[in-house]
Amino acid sequence: MKNILFQTLKLTLLTLLLFSGIYTLVILFIAQATPGGGKGKKLTQHGITVGYENIGQKFTADRYFNSRPSAVNYNADGSGASNKGPSNAEYLILVKERIDSFLVRNPGISKSEIPVEMVTASGSGLDPDISSSAALIQVKRIAKIRGMNEDKLKSLIIEQKEKSLLGFFGPEKINVLKLNIALDNLN
Amino acid sequence: MNTEIPGIILMFVAALALAIPLGKYIAKVYTQDKTWLDGIFGPVEKLFYRISGIDPTTEMNWKQHLVVMLTLNMVWFLLGMFVLMNQHWLPLNPDGNPGQSAHLAFNTSISFVVNCNLQHYSGESGVSYLSQLFLMFLQFVSAGIGMAAAAVLFTALKERTTDKLGNFYNFFLKSCTRILLPISLVVAVILVFNGTPMTLHGKDTIISLQGDTVQVSTGPAAAFVAIKHVGTNGGGFFGANAAHPFENPNYLTNITEMIAQLIIPFAIIFALGFFLKRRKFAWITFGVMTIGFLALVIPNIFMEANGNPAIAAMGIDMSSGAMEGKEVRFGAITSAFWSIVTTVISTGSVNSFHDSFMPLSGMNQLLAMMINCFYGGCGVGILNYFIFVILAVFISGLMVGRTPEFMGKKIEAREMKIAMIIALLHPFLILVGTALSTALPAYTSATLNNPGFHGFSEMLYEFTSSAANNGSGFEGLADNTPWWNISTGFVLILSRFLPIIGPIAIAGLLANKKYIPEGGGTLKTDTSTFGLMVLAVILLVAALAFFPALTLGPIAEYFSML
Repeated sequence: MKNILFQTLKLTLLTLLLFSGIYTLVILFIAQATPGGGKGKKLTQHGITVGYENIGQKFTADRYFNSRPSAVNYNADGSGASNKGPSNAEYLILVKERIDSFLVRNPGISKSEIPVEMVTASGSGLDPDISSSAALIQVKRIAKIRGMNEDKLKSLIIEQKEKSLLGFFGPEKINVLKLNIALDNLN
Repeated sequence: MNTEIPGIILMFVAALALAIPLGKYIAKVYTQDKTWLDGIFGPVEKLFYRISGIDPTTEMNWKQHLVVMLTLNMVWFLLGMFVLMNQHWLPLNPDGNPGQSAHLAFNTSISFVVNCNLQHYSGESGVSYLSQLFLMFLQFVSAGIGMAAAAVLFTALKERTTDKLGNFYNFFLKSCTRILLPISLVVAVILVFNGTPMTLHGKDTIISLQGDTVQVSTGPAAAFVAIKHVGTNGGGFFGANAAHPFENPNYLTNITEMIAQLIIPFAIIFALGFFLKRRKFAWITFGVMTIGFLALVIPNIFMEANGNPAIAAMGIDMSSGAMEGKEVRFGAITSAFWSIVTTVISTGSVNSFHDSFMPLSGMNQLLAMMINCFYGGCGVGILNYFIFVILAVFISGLMVGRTPEFMGKKIEAREMKIAMIIALLHPFLILVGTALSTALPAYTSATLNNPGFHGFSEMLYEFTSSAANNGSGFEGLADNTPWWNISTGFVLILSRFLPIIGPIAIAGLLANKKYIPEGGGTLKTDTSTFGLMVLAVILLVAALAFFPALTLGPIAEYFSML
């Protein structure tokens, strides 16, 4: 029995060295060859870092394309979902309020055009994307506040739309931060 | 054009296509045949054995296997408690996270030792990088333990009479070095090139385009996320698990992580076929499990694609489906698919949040864990299935008046008793745990995130996930309390080790019996009829035991929404 204890202790330390140590160092080393050097890919505007490509940001201002609701308010030192159940009465009231305020902030669109993802919180609370229909229904508002042509905004959305993987797999999407950087660059 | 259905078909088919050759390779590793990684890992293993004073050629009987298995786990558990409770002063803590409380460290350490990864903390604030790296070690070795146990079972089912069932250290170390490590390396490299961070730097502060100051957590995530899937562990590096855009940045990484978690549970089934030269039995087993899997996943895809009827009634555009708790880059269908994969194979990593799924989707996630042997976790899935095979052999033997035999060995009262105890342990732990939590509202009611039936489902899910060693959650439950940490901690221990000890004991007893060659009176176990018999036993024992509890939770919630 004592023998087994020493065997397991020694084997534990050696495997710890291999799986926590060497494996980690190998991946750390390979990460240096990636764009971003293993620290995540950052985006810049006029030479200033404005965020990470993959981490969604809070966009609530009228002059930007807005991002989805978030349970963590896009604070990326944490992450998470609302975890509200589908029949939760308080939650359903919240969704209704989001729909109403969306309609108030986006005059000229009808309720049936609001995509469900714009009034429901994402899984991570840091969802970087919206669908192209979610971007298109914000065009009127942004065109008005920025004094821009609606068609110009629509073609910007088409330009920023990311296709499915190889054209076949997974949803199409638009990265909100990239879209808004491109939007600022238009003016 | 719908691009999500092709996406999930690709993930399933690719995992299967890779699993067949991998199964052949795993069988070779366990029969000690030459493999192409011998040159790299052979010397490393030899060195490890020499320093540890282990002779990997000493064959053990089933009891010796279990002693080594339990000793290893005890050492890891104690080491885990120490690291987690002292992480605040140990190195590699750039974010200055505090040490864990004793009951949280107990739960966390147990939960990673037993391959569950229940996680009553959030990765960003609850653990240091040192702890993350230690938990990553546990992700390797706990998966290795499950696979080694499966290897002992394979060895015991060979056509011979013996009590010598190979060497546990050898099965364990080779599972880690020859199978888990190489696949994890490939997966981690794919992740890191797609934007998953791999750094020892702490939080970054940025000013967003709109002008808000936000902090962004990072860390050595790519290495961790790889093994968490390959080893069907499922614990997230970040709180949001594989829904976090750093852990799972795009659809390609989603495909990679999905294949990574499916591949070993699939491959182990085929490894059994190659190892025992009973490939037909392996395909029947895979077929039975796939029927069960499809019966759970197809309804979920429809329900999530249709979305929440209560929100649809508000008159908005529901074309994206049920999007609460889901990410745009995956969509509702891919998320529904993932939610059943992760619950049938006991990974427990999530790319969307199960608490917000439709009531009956939640029920299917629960059923996947209640049954716990449709593919099942790394190594242990096949052990769970083996229990149901033993029950099915006995019942069908009685029905047609033949001696119950499996792989040339007679099944007798002792094996049946063990199998029954193990089969009933799972519903016992889940239902008693949930019943106690319901009876003690002083400890639990304030921890619920949703009222009514759904709140009950949150508690039921927590115990089901613990007993299945799954690790996913209805995450609204505020589970970092002494009640949840301690009660689920004990459920984790019992539901991990007894379902390993039971099948190994049965296998050991069977191996010792006289081998009876197949004759006219033998009940054939590699036919589709027998496969359906196993499925019927699974449904009778596993599913029906839970029906009353499911009625109080998800089914009642479903009817309340009509």
